[in-house]
Amino acid sequence: MLGTINRSFILPVKGEKQMPKADSEYLWNELQPGCVITEPGTSRAYYTGDWRAFYPVLQKERCIQCGICWIFCPDMAYQKDEKGYFIADLNYCKGCGICARECPADAIHMEKEKEI
Amino acid sequence: MGKYLGMEVSFAAAEAVKLCNVDVVAAYPITPQTHIVERLSQFVADGELDAEFVPVESEHSALSLCVGSQAAGARSFTCTSSQGLALMSEIVYIVPALRLPIVMILANRSLSGPLSIWNDHSDVMSVRDCGWIQLFVENGQEVFDHVIIAYKIAENHNVLLPVMINMDGFILSHMFEPIKLMEQEDVDAYLPPYQPKFVLHPDKPVTMGAYAMPALFTEAKKAQEEALLASYPHILQAWKSWEKVSGRSYHPVETFCSEDAETLFITMGSLGETAGEAVRVLRGQGKKVGLLKLRLWRPFPFHDFYKAIGNAQRLIVLDRAVSYGGPGGPVAGEIRSALYNMENRPQVINFVAGLGGREVSVESFLEMFISSVEGKASGYQLFGVRG
Amino acid sequence: MRNINAYVVKTLSSREYIAPGHRACAGCGEVLAMRQVQKALGRNVIVASATGCMEIVSSPFPFSSWEVPWIHVAFENAAAVAGGIEAALKVLQRKGKIEGKKIFVAAMAGDGGTADIGLQALSGALERGHNFLFICYDNEAYMNTGVQRSSSTPFGASTMTSPVGSAQIGQLTWKKNMMAIAAAHGIPYLATASPSYPMDLSEKVVKAAKTEGPAYVHVLSVCPSGWGIPSDTTVKFGRLAVETGFFPLYEIEEGKYRITVDVEELLPLEMYLKPQGRFRHLKPELIEQISRRVRAEWRELKRKAEEQKEIEERE
Repeated sequence: MLGTINRSFILPVKGEKQMPKADSEYLWNELQPGCVITEPGTSRAYYTGDWRAFYPVLQKERCIQCGICWIFCPDMAYQKDEKGYFIADLNYCKGCGICARECPADAIHMEKEKEI
Repeated sequence: MGKYLGMEVSFAAAEAVKLCNVDVVAAYPITPQTHIVERLSQFVADGELDAEFVPVESEHSALSLCVGSQAAGARSFTCTSSQGLALMSEIVYIVPALRLPIVMILANRSLSGPLSIWNDHSDVMSVRDCGWIQLFVENGQEVFDHVIIAYKIAENHNVLLPVMINMDGFILSHMFEPIKLMEQEDVDAYLPPYQPKFVLHPDKPVTMGAYAMPALFTEAKKAQEEALLASYPHILQAWKSWEKVSGRSYHPVETFCSEDAETLFITMGSLGETAGEAVRVLRGQGKKVGLLKLRLWRPFPFHDFYKAIGNAQRLIVLDRAVSYGGPGGPVAGEIRSALYNMENRPQVINFVAGLGGREVSVESFLEMFISSVEGKASGYQLFGVRG
Repeated sequence: MRNINAYVVKTLSSREYIAPGHRACAGCGEVLAMRQVQKALGRNVIVASATGCMEIVSSPFPFSSWEVPWIHVAFENAAAVAGGIEAALKVLQRKGKIEGKKIFVAAMAGDGGTADIGLQALSGALERGHNFLFICYDNEAYMNTGVQRSSSTPFGASTMTSPVGSAQIGQLTWKKNMMAIAAAHGIPYLATASPSYPMDLSEKVVKAAKTEGPAYVHVLSVCPSGWGIPSDTTVKFGRLAVETGFFPLYEIEEGKYRITVDVEELLPLEMYLKPQGRFRHLKPELIEQISRRVRAEWRELKRKAEEQKEIEERE
């Protein structure tokens, strides 16, 4: 997930929804009429986490659980855990850094991804 | 089996749309389609047709609106001509790709310039490759019948393609003709309510109109082409079922005196009736002439065509549009293509006539016949041009 | 406290209607706006999108980020397609063919698909009074095709078709006032919004969706890629646009103006313009010229809102 593969079609663990295969693998008669995509949210199969050069690091002791990082993430990468902390989903986080900049408690900072 | 009335063909078309219980009508006025739309608007205003009549601000929006309403599960209708078709042509190509069964009447009118409100086929020929099922009708009764037949074909889950009904503007749209209307129960028995295969509704979210990368685009187009080809038997079936309800039968290629013909006229649209008259005259003179009327334009009925031409040695193809700088008219071009692999293929003489509403009379056909037979005409010519 | 919204955002719905895995740039302000709008609209909505950044990043077959019904047809007809969906729902519910529950219809387009190529369809749909909501995601240029100017590009901005050169200072015309154009159709509700103010945006979108008749929401979509700013400053610039008066947040409800995020003392416009790559070339005189006009328009807006307040107090 970190940097090596360009197009990763790893099926997410939760749910048993039929996830799409790569577009170059479809036969013409496997397409729905009108190329309709019948399952919502199939983009989840594409892990944009590969894109980033920086990733967010949370210091829980500073976090005030306000949700600012969550509401300002363009990639819906933040999820609330059982304790109420917002944790970044590194499968999708593109490392834009908005969360680190906007956090009112300065609890998040961006770190450079390691070289592969 | 229904009332027999004399009425303007546009009104007959509107009556058929009403009988089909369409849900949404969206159209922009353009001569010579206006009477259809006005009539439908009156039906809605009088409560005779329970539909949303949307007076859109352009033809592009007319077809776009129909795409939205059809995708949301409503039986939709629009109609236009010439410039309107040209304006909505961007969307015309998108509709069959989305597999939405919209029915459109095209009151054939010449494309500008110069501006002409009169009839020829340049508008429909400009969207020849759009992927719609395309039919030509010859008289008012056929217009009425085919609106209903079109929905039956289009909404079939084995088809799910839009249907374009071509009727000659003014020559048909503004003519009073005897029309046998159908009873509502007979139409309802023939045409059940629209059941979409996919529909935009929050209970089952779908995504329509995704874009395709090069790796997929060819497959998407192949699927569309196969769908159009596969519609052929269902078109025939719809006609067969219609015959049972109405007693009137239709075929992809209609023939007249063609069995032993050495020369065949080939026409599309209302000129077929004029050509038929000319054939009667020539037969009276002992000439072995016949007539082929192409009703189904897309998907092109290759096998019906081969059967119909039989052993004719000469085909006089009447085009009503020009492909500038090309090998002549589009219909003749297609026919030459269809004949290419035939051994002993017939000679094709292409006349382009009736542009911009210029009259093509029985005499015109006789002239075309004589000049073809006497070898004075060959290849492609523009008929009746002065100078 | 600088950002008073900080403690309230958790009251927004946690349900997402845009799935991650979309192809937007890192830090994209437009997809952030779209995400917040979708949250406010909820489950019972049908969306018609125009061609543009949002359509492209969310629908490369077979990957779709949409968890609500969605259709894309072409560039200029989002409003017409939405009108069709609205007409269909109306007639099908009236005829009893589908259940009569409330379903919002939303048309979404970029600034090009709204103010330029989409203007005709928008105007037609607003005039016909369809019960729908039109959302313009304004990133101030044709971003998806590589940053070409639109009529929404601000004066002085450098784009690929209004570039800065020795003979030209960038965009030579003032940003088209889409709010005024939409308001001229006499529609019941219109508003401007910015995803840097999520509570304000959410409230406005809900109001717009619930309006009987057409509603228009103009959302400032900060584009780090196209504007030449770092990807982590998206929300900051969305805030600066409001605080400098460049993009005031207001609404017009039944013709009555109301400023929803008031700024007592406008910050100097340089704070917003100078750090952006597209404005970097602007000389102080030009910034002064732009600032004067921005402030004049802000004063005019304040006057309309004040007038409205006075009328209401008198009643």
